[in-house]
Amino acid sequence: MTILGVPTQALFGQLLIGLINGAFYALLSLGLSVIFGLLNIINFTHGAQYMMGAFVAYFLLQWAGLGYWWALLIAPVVVGITGIALERTTLKRLYHLDHLYGLLLTFGFALIIQGLFRHEYGSSGLPYSMPRELAGGQNLGFMFLPNYRAWVIVFSLAVCLTTWYVIERTRLGSYLRAATENPALVQAFGINVPRMITLTYGFGVGLAALAGVLAAPIYQVNPLMGADLIIVVFAVVVIGGLGSIMGSIVTGFALGVVEGFTKVFYPEASNTVIFVIMALVLLVRPSGLFGRAS
Amino acid sequence: MTATANEYVGAPAPAVAGVPIPQVVAFGVMTTILAAAPFLVYPVFLMKALCFALFACAFNLLIGYVGLLSFGHAAFLGAAGYGAAHSAKAWGFPPELAILFGTAVAAALGVAIGALAIRSKGIYFANITLAFAQMVYFFSVQAGFTGGEDGIQSVPRGTLLGVLNLNETLTLYFVVLAIFLAGFLLIYRAIHSPFGQVLKAIRENEPRAVSLGYRAERYKLLAFVLSATFAGLAGATKALVFQLASLTDVHWTMSGEVVLMTLLGGLGTVFGPVVGAFIVMALENYLSQLGAWVTVVQGVIFVVCVLTFRRGVIGELGNLLRKSL
Repeated sequence: MTILGVPTQALFGQLLIGLINGAFYALLSLGLSVIFGLLNIINFTHGAQYMMGAFVAYFLLQWAGLGYWWALLIAPVVVGITGIALERTTLKRLYHLDHLYGLLLTFGFALIIQGLFRHEYGSSGLPYSMPRELAGGQNLGFMFLPNYRAWVIVFSLAVCLTTWYVIERTRLGSYLRAATENPALVQAFGINVPRMITLTYGFGVGLAALAGVLAAPIYQVNPLMGADLIIVVFAVVVIGGLGSIMGSIVTGFALGVVEGFTKVFYPEASNTVIFVIMALVLLVRPSGLFGRAS
Repeated sequence: MTATANEYVGAPAPAVAGVPIPQVVAFGVMTTILAAAPFLVYPVFLMKALCFALFACAFNLLIGYVGLLSFGHAAFLGAAGYGAAHSAKAWGFPPELAILFGTAVAAALGVAIGALAIRSKGIYFANITLAFAQMVYFFSVQAGFTGGEDGIQSVPRGTLLGVLNLNETLTLYFVVLAIFLAGFLLIYRAIHSPFGQVLKAIRENEPRAVSLGYRAERYKLLAFVLSATFAGLAGATKALVFQLASLTDVHWTMSGEVVLMTLLGGLGTVFGPVVGAFIVMALENYLSQLGAWVTVVQGVIFVVCVLTFRRGVIGELGNLLRKSL
């Protein structure tokens, strides 16, 4: 069976890969958006923190014998705490300056972290095995769906939507959105804004680490796994509109799928298609698809 | 991001042909050192550093005087390198035409990227330029003529204007030095012209500049294209010096490196980018055996500069001497 001259097997295969990539784009751009909303900085360390998540999962297995499910719980917390430490000790000193200094600082940290891990573990990947519960797959008739990949898509979608719900529909989220609009006023109402900023940074970083754990069984654990990925995610964030929560989720998944289909129909462009879309979106809507005009 | 170093000069300082005396002296010192250097230091290293110094000066034109942080300047360096290397090797262009062609490629790319990127500011601008540079990178990986992972190798250096044989290292060095000085002076001239003053006005207060009748977008685009062109000049020259155009020059790490050089030397200072480029190149040279540690050291310099040393080497020096350098 073929659609537009392409075997359905290949088409659905790429759709699945697209959705998987989209799940990572969505999780990472969501973290970036949450951080950007409150701190107004682009967290360049995000890719390194995603990589750290995968490494914490690897360490937990090697050193403590704790498997995938524990890693899913512990890694975001551990990496989130390192993020909080980073924010408390360095980032907060830069809030009174141009936000570009925040970008440069996080870029510097990304270089340090990636350099240290590369020095210790080289550039080749370390294997991380899939949890036993999610081995195997389903034959859907038109394609074979590995259980683990289905889990990644469903789980990341659930995390994204929960985050969206918390920010857009709960009291805590309303504080957060208010602080994004006018931190001084929110502080005057007796809400501890600096602490909120710190926790938000920790949370965004935790999301990156969570994505890293999810990625470990698929892509192996590699010191440079986040370095190039994060630049694609920056483009995703620009397309969706910086700071827009739903925008990051929708564009993340959608662009993953678009990228997957490009691999089927015009493979030469599969690496550039997201950047081409970004250029087109900027021409029509400079503030992104879901962003508000600044 | 505003420049901090050249702002405190109040009353008009004594000057030669409109150039403040400290800057004339500094320029003389720099030229003397660079003219004597190849007899003391390995010339190929110097040429590499000179190419990067010009690259950093071009980058500084944008960050220091327009306040726009481009995180995609590697695209111009790399594209010009490919242009020069390809035209010299495949089409048999003489070096002067190859460099011109490479620079023109970067300028054209600057117009295309600038027209889209200039509509945004701050972090958005940094992000967008980075994404465009990544597009250029993936294009370079896949396009046939760039040679993919191998790059374009053994590019002929040829004979400049049919007279100067560039295969002689010293001749090549002084040609590179001349190109660097020409680029440096042109950038200086652009910054200190009425055009440069308008750029600074836009940096400080864009709505006000617009209300005074300046078309901010056009000025910014012109500055962007100028910056891309000089980055291209650096890239084209570098391709001939190393007889190689490769993916390294288009990769985003190169965009990060030029930010590092300029930040370390001093954003918005005249001589900072040159000093920054030489320091970073020297560091990489000495640390090259240590592999991944180079990245770590670069990261540490970034963090230290941003946290405690935002004026950079030349900015601090200028502040100490109470002179604008």
